Amino acid sequence: MALAKITSVTGRGVCVPGNDIDTDRIIPARYLKCVTFDGLGEGLFYDVRKNADGSDKPHPLNEARFKGATILLSGANFGCGSSREHAPQAIQKYGFRAIVAENFAEIFFGNSITLGLPCLNADRADIARLAAAVAANPALEIVVDVAKQEIRFGGQTVKASIRDSARDALINGRWDAIGELIEGLPAATATAGKLPYMAA
Amino acid sequence: MAKSLFQKVWDAHAVRTLANGQTQLLIGTHLIHEVTSPQAFGMLRDLGLKVAMPHRTFATVDHIVPTDQFAEPFADPLADEMIKELRKNCQQFGITFFDRATGKQGIVHIVGPEQGITQPGTTIACGDSHTSTHGAFGAIAFGIGTSQVRDVLATQCMALGRLKVRRINVTGKLRPGVYAKDVILHIIRTLGVNGGTGFAYEYGGEVFDRFSMEERMTVCNMSIEGGARAGYVNPDETTCAYLKGRPYAPKGAAWDAAVTRWKSFASDPDCKYDDVVTINAADIAPTVTWGINPGQGIAITETIPDPAKTTAVDEKASIEEALAYMKLKPGAPIKGTRIDVAFLGSCTNGRLSDFKEVARYLKGKHVAPGVKAIAVPGSQGVGVLCAELGIDQVFRDAGFEWRNAGCSMCLAMNPDKLVGDQLCASSSNRNFKGRQGSPTGRTLLMSPLMVAAAAVTGSVADAREVFAVTN
Ligand code: SF4
Repeated sequence: MALAKITSVTGRGVCVPGNDIDTDRIIPARYLKCVTFDGLGEGLFYDVRKNADGSDKPHPLNEARFKGATILLSGANFGCGSSREHAPQAIQKYGFRAIVAENFAEIFFGNSITLGLPCLNADRADIARLAAAVAANPALEIVVDVAKQEIRFGGQTVKASIRDSARDALINGRWDAIGELIEGLPAATATAGKLPYMAA
Repeated sequence: MAKSLFQKVWDAHAVRTLANGQTQLLIGTHLIHEVTSPQAFGMLRDLGLKVAMPHRTFATVDHIVPTDQFAEPFADPLADEMIKELRKNCQQFGITFFDRATGKQGIVHIVGPEQGITQPGTTIACGDSHTSTHGAFGAIAFGIGTSQVRDVLATQCMALGRLKVRRINVTGKLRPGVYAKDVILHIIRTLGVNGGTGFAYEYGGEVFDRFSMEERMTVCNMSIEGGARAGYVNPDETTCAYLKGRPYAPKGAAWDAAVTRWKSFASDPDCKYDDVVTINAADIAPTVTWGINPGQGIAITETIPDPAKTTAVDEKASIEEALAYMKLKPGAPIKGTRIDVAFLGSCTNGRLSDFKEVARYLKGKHVAPGVKAIAVPGSQGVGVLCAELGIDQVFRDAGFEWRNAGCSMCLAMNPDKLVGDQLCASSSNRNFKGRQGSPTGRTLLMSPLMVAAAAVTGSVADAREVFAVTN
C-alpha cells in the first residue's frame, strides 16, 4: 500500500483556544452512532459551535474569515478523553490537514498519526504569536514542516516537535501500519504459538 | 535483570521492531463493541482482509442499548442498525458475541473479567479508552482507535512504542467511607489529568494488596483519566481466586500451570521504575469533582476553588471556565449543592460490590423528592447476582429505577440522558461538558455510596454522615 509522504502541510490556520479540549467536545457522543465515518465533519465541535436550534454560537469555526483553514491551532492536552477515532476523523473530514498544539493526549495523537494527520507540539508563546498573526490576517500562509519540525509564517520560523516514530512514519509514508503488520503476521503467529493462552 | 510486569508482558508479546522504531506487539485478547468496530470491519472488507485470530476476539454490546426495554427493534433506528451490524460482523467472521440473548451481555470491561477472559500476563486491546480496567489482573490493556481495531482484527497486532512505568504506592489504610473511587480521583487530582502521558501506571502498596479485584478494576479503569496509557496491579492470590472457575479460566492441570505462569509476571521486587509516587491512604477523603475534567476534584469537606485565589494564569482560566459551565459558586462548600439526578453504574462502578455496598446502607432510606435516581448494573451477570441477593429490591424500595445492563447515562448514547442543565451525582468516570447527553448537563463524579447519599438527601452530602459509616 503506497501512502503519501507527508513532509509538510501548507495552508491557512484557525485557532480554537483552550486547554484540555476533550474528545466529547471535539465530537459529541451522539455522532458516534454511525457505522461509517462519512459525514462526521459536520459534527465537529458541534455543541460549542451550535445552539440547540441549530443556529451558530460564537466560535472560530463559524467565522467566515477562517473558512477553508487547514491547520488547527490549540492549547495543552488536546484530544484528551476517549479513544474514539471519530475525533481525529471529524477533524480530518472537516478539512484540517495538521494540528499544532502545546501537546496532545496520547491516544488521540496515535489515532491522528494513523490517519496521516500530523500533530505538532509548539511552545505556548509561539502558538499565541501564530494565533495572533492568523487573527490579524486569516489569509496568512502557514507551513507546518514535519520533516524540519518547524512552523513558518509571515517571515518567521518557530520550533515545533513531533515524536521521532511519528515523524518518521509521516515523512516516509508509513503512517498507516497495516501493511507492515500484515508482513509480520507469520512472525506474530509464531509468537502466539509460545503463549499457552492464545492456543486455538 | 529485574523487570517490571509491564516489561515482562511486553517482551513476551513483542513480535518485531517496525521501520519507524515502534514495536509490532501481539494482542492476546481483542474485545470489541458496537461503537468503534463497524468502521473497522468496513475497512477490513475494503482491503479484502480476514480476521486473523477470531478465537481471540470477543464481542458484546453496551453503549447504545436501552436499559428500560428489552424488546427489539430499538426505538432509535441508528442504535438498531449498530447492533445488527455487530451481529452480522461477528457471524461473518466467526467471533464469539455475548449478545443480549446469551445472558452474558454487558459493558465490555465488566464482561471480560466476569467471563474469565481477562487474565494476568496477557495483552488486551479494545476500541475503548477504559480498556485500562483489565490491568487490574496484571494484564497490559490498551484503549485503541478504530484504525487500530482494524489492525488487530487483521493481524492480531498493533504498532506501539514502549511506555515508561510509574509505580504508585498507596500506603497505610483507607479511612471508613473512603473507597477505590476516591483513591483514583485523589491520584488524578494529585498527578493531574495529563500527568500520566507516556506512562503505564503500576498501582501497589498495602491498599492495593488488600483491595478486591473489583476495587482494583475501579482504579485501573480511570488510569486513562490521569493521562496514562495503561494501568495495572500485579497478580496475586486475590487475582487467582477471582478467576478460578470462571467460564474462560483454565481448568484442571492447566489451571495450576496457569497460576504459576501468571504469578511469574508480577514485577520483580528490585526492578527499576521510571518514576515512583507514594500516597498516604489516610490523606484520602471522599472526593467529589466540581469541574469539567476528572482532575478537578475536592474532598467533600472542602470548598469549591476560587479563581481569585490563584495567580497561575492557566489555573485561573480553567477554574473560571469550569465554574461558568458548572454554575457553581467559588468558595462555597460543595456539600449541600442541590442535585437533580443520581446515576449508579458504568464500567467504573457498576459491579456487584458497588451495588452491594450501597444496599447495605440504603435499606430504610428513600430518594429525595424531585431527584431522578437510576441504578444500572454493568452486565446481565451483575443484574442476576443482585437479584439473587435481593439488592435490586432494596434499590427499588428506596425509589431508584433498577435497569437492564449497559453503559447508560455514563455516555448517554442510549435514551438515558440528562435534560437541560440538570446536575447529576454520578458514579461514572467522566465529567466533560455535555458528557451525559445534554450539551449543558453537569456531572459530579463520586463513589457509589456518595451518589446514594446525594440521592437520599437531594444534595451533595458526606456519605459518612448520612449513613453513619463507621467501618
Ligand atoms: S460505561 Fe462509560 S466509560 Fe465505560 S465503556 Fe461504557 S461509555 Fe465507556
